[in-house]
Amino acid sequence: MRKLLLLSIIVIVGLVFIARLFYLQVYNEDPYSLFDDNAIRKVYDYPKRGYVYDRNDNLLVANQPSYDVMFIPREVKAMDTLEFCNLLKITKEDFIKFYDKAYRYSPRLPSVFIPQLSRIEYAVLQEKIRKYQGFYIQKRSLRDYQTTIGANVLGDIGEVNNYIIENEPYYKSGDLIGKQGVELSYEEVLRGVKGIKFIQKDRFNRDIGPYKDGIYDTLPQPGKDISITIDSKLQEYGELLMRHKHGGIIAIEPSSGEILAMVSAPSYNPNLLVGRQRSRNFSKLYTDTIAKPLFDRSLKAQYAPGSPFKVLSALVGLQENVVTTQDQFSCRGGYYLGSRRLTGCHAHASPLSMNQGIAQSCNAYFVNVYRRIIDKYDKPHDGMDVWSNHIKSFGLGDYLGYDLKIGNKGRIPDGDFYDKWYGKNRWSSTYNISNSIGQGEVEATPIQLANMVAAIANRGHFFTPHIIKKIEGQEIDEKYTTPNHTTIDKKHFEPVVQGMFDVYNTGTAYSLRVPGIDICGKTGTAENFKKIDGKTTQLTDHSIFVAFAPKDNPKIAIAVFVENGYWGSRFAGRIASLMIEKYIKGEVTMNSMENWILTHSLEDEYAKPYSGKPFGINRQSALQVIDKITKDTVINPISNRPSPFNQ
Amino acid sequence: MQREFRGLNFDWITIILFLLLVGFGWLNIMSASHSGEITSYFDMSQPYGKQSVFIIFTLFLIVLILALDAKFYERFASIIYIISMLSLIGLFFFGKNVNGALGWYGVGGMTIQPSEFAKFATSLALAKYMSDLQTNMKTFKDQLKAVAFILLPAILILLQNDAGSTVVYAAFFFVFYREGLQQVYLVVAIFLIVLSVLALKFNVVVAVLVSAILIFGHHFFGQKKRPQIFQPIAILLVCILFSFGVKYFYNNILQFHQKDRISLWLRLEKDPTKLHDMKQTILYNLHESEKAISSGGLTGKGFMQGTRTTGKFVPEQHTDYIFSTVGEEWGFLGSALLVILFVALLLRILYLAELQKSTFSRVYGYCVASILFAHFMINIGMVMGLIPTIGIPLPFFSYGGSALWAFTILLFIFVKLDSNRINEW
Ligand SMILES: [Zn+2]
Repeated sequence: MRKLLLLSIIVIVGLVFIARLFYLQVYNEDPYSLFDDNAIRKVYDYPKRGYVYDRNDNLLVANQPSYDVMFIPREVKAMDTLEFCNLLKITKEDFIKFYDKAYRYSPRLPSVFIPQLSRIEYAVLQEKIRKYQGFYIQKRSLRDYQTTIGANVLGDIGEVNNYIIENEPYYKSGDLIGKQGVELSYEEVLRGVKGIKFIQKDRFNRDIGPYKDGIYDTLPQPGKDISITIDSKLQEYGELLMRHKHGGIIAIEPSSGEILAMVSAPSYNPNLLVGRQRSRNFSKLYTDTIAKPLFDRSLKAQYAPGSPFKVLSALVGLQENVVTTQDQFSCRGGYYLGSRRLTGCHAHASPLSMNQGIAQSCNAYFVNVYRRIIDKYDKPHDGMDVWSNHIKSFGLGDYLGYDLKIGNKGRIPDGDFYDKWYGKNRWSSTYNISNSIGQGEVEATPIQLANMVAAIANRGHFFTPHIIKKIEGQEIDEKYTTPNHTTIDKKHFEPVVQGMFDVYNTGTAYSLRVPGIDICGKTGTAENFKKIDGKTTQLTDHSIFVAFAPKDNPKIAIAVFVENGYWGSRFAGRIASLMIEKYIKGEVTMNSMENWILTHSLEDEYAKPYSGKPFGINRQSALQVIDKITKDTVINPISNRPSPFNQ
Repeated sequence: MQREFRGLNFDWITIILFLLLVGFGWLNIMSASHSGEITSYFDMSQPYGKQSVFIIFTLFLIVLILALDAKFYERFASIIYIISMLSLIGLFFFGKNVNGALGWYGVGGMTIQPSEFAKFATSLALAKYMSDLQTNMKTFKDQLKAVAFILLPAILILLQNDAGSTVVYAAFFFVFYREGLQQVYLVVAIFLIVLSVLALKFNVVVAVLVSAILIFGHHFFGQKKRPQIFQPIAILLVCILFSFGVKYFYNNILQFHQKDRISLWLRLEKDPTKLHDMKQTILYNLHESEKAISSGGLTGKGFMQGTRTTGKFVPEQHTDYIFSTVGEEWGFLGSALLVILFVALLLRILYLAELQKSTFSRVYGYCVASILFAHFMINIGMVMGLIPTIGIPLPFFSYGGSALWAFTILLFIFVKLDSNRINEW
């Protein structure tokens, strides 16, 4: 027995050691990664981010260098904190706050300590940073906008958040990533691939040399330059016209689906979202809940489209063979079912056929056509589905598939929609006749409307709208070069186009004619309601206008939406005509029309519901006249009100 | 008759294990200590170069040890012991202070550490005393004399401020136990260790309660012939005194760094800021060595490829912390293999010791196994954070001439004795 004591202890100790080794090295250890090894310094080399040009090769976005103070919490050693704080012009409390926050995020991964040093700060710190173990300076490239327009299109870059870091291994804390606009859509093209050097350190944080002679090191691959489809002159002009108004403009080249202009008002200067002020400015923009400058109205605002939608009712009627261009309907100031008036109308000649129905925008005409479509089928459910499918073939009622990452589906109801609402088969065409005139349950975004117009301009097909024109050394996605066909035969478009042409010649847009250009258009007005203090209140109608030009071989299709602008030709129509002239002629000759837009503001109209006082709408509201806005009027960050400090 | 070539009748398994350990050790020393390109394996400006020379010298030493007559060691045991003790005493007058311990003689450019050599000298003396026919390890008087052989070098070394080396001498307990020390010592030893840990980890009251339960439980249920009641009470009183003594010793006698090591090991410190400070100071080596070992994973980063070894993140890595290099560069497979090599060597020595026909050889074999085991357990246990930090080398493996030679002499005297066992009666 005595022989066994030492023997068994030796065996037990051996087993305990092997168990401990297993625990430390196999059970408890994440797979080894150079990135987690604090004996290896990772030096990133950020490539140039790709430049952004407009369709005419004007440079819109370039780069500027920026320097971040980075640190790895667990590598920070005892140091002269006070001196360090003085260098960075921060307080000791800040120091502790930043440190603790980063430590909670991860003690072993690099975090940004102070982002985006000024050039002078960088010069001072560059020499001294080595003294502070765990801290280093990371060079990155920031955006340098060559323009003050197009914030909603160009977007911006900002620091990656933790969600992205956890889900996409490429990004490390402090990296910049596209947050909005084309920066977001084309992030991978623009950013390139950063290079990395692995450097062996010793325990005093000194570099010894490249790890394994640099076999794992990579060189940065520069980001690719891109051109976008925007015409910056047109975009700039659109933004100017939309000052002091809320709404959106989308202009599309029908033959290609390229987005020529994409205006969301109010807008802001993209330079606000660069540099150290970014987060402060961003939260200012973000918290402006009335003007909502970060809300891209051209892509996201979903409104009832109003009268422009009528042309689709006409097209579907022709395709379904329930109406001819010669069929006439009478209008007694509205549409009557028996003695009950279902919808009103304005004064015009009656009865009228399709051409004048469109030109005069007669509600009764389109309700009649709509009812014939739905009632052609035994069950209204089936009729509704047929109608809905035709409408959806114009890119309405679902995401359009363009290459910007925000948007809305809009809404085109079908049979199931009303079955759910009223009960199966417990409804008929008279329940939803407002759809025929773009009210009711129908909703669309400005870009969907512009695309719808492009499809009409092309007489039956459209190209998915897109913002990308060229990528350096790369083809653009072929879904943007393949036509999408609507369910309407080409021959049915001519009379409808002629009707839209007569809107300008004899109809509701007569006052908006542009000398020398054959424009086809359609005015629109949409009632709208807003919840104010929990009470649904009607506000002044939205002003809507869609158009394309020239009538033959169209170059531009446009949709303009001005919130609370009252009737269609008043704001939206004028803006559309000016934009068309600007694009096609390269200059604007209609000075008085331009002058009218630049001297009228809707700011008072927008302020009214928040004033707390009773207010009138539509006819009872007076137009606000202001000094003429020019290109050089500086916009303040919060909205497009001219800043009192800069005038 | 069957052993004609008596001179070559060595235990080759032991020798091969020895060579494997020394060779593997040298590779790891090279990895842990080189800076820049390796130009020559004998580059005397670098530790691995010196170790090469030490190893060559060791081979001559082995030949010499094996060439001497086996009887020489038994005959000269006393003289070797006396010389060794004198060399320890001489340190007080001629010694050189390295890292706070007065443990070295400077000879030319080299340093020699007599405490390393005292281990084999003590083993020889102990073997000689215990193999004496007059000696009976079952008697208290002879036990006391045997302990005196150990206490002399242990106290001298402790006075020279090398507490780590002193602890190793406790390993001789295994030898005494094998040679007849009463069972009760083992029970008392284990009981006192448990009591100390309880008193420090919890408090004296818990320690006393536990001992009371054990003592009275044993008194009322354990024995057939129940002694008088005051006997367990007296034992309990001793326990109470001992518990307070341990607490007092920990609080008032131990030096700060020793206290911290125990505090860390028993997880006594709860204050996170103090713990953080400890990790940066006293725990730094352990923290770094554990990280290096962990980062090795299953297969390791490869010879000379350890990033923490290359960056010299673990201080003293080529000496006491050499095992962390093995852990990082050779991974679980390499480290476990090293543990197995050591266990195999120790078991082989024990096996051979039991085969010895002379008491001297057997006791000496046991001494060798005990000392090597103590170093193996303390060193690797420390590097992996299983026991408090005690700075002693890993035999045959750590950098250093004195340790390598002393362990070689220790082991090869036994190899020589073993080769001679056929002639012993
Ligand atoms: Zn009418």
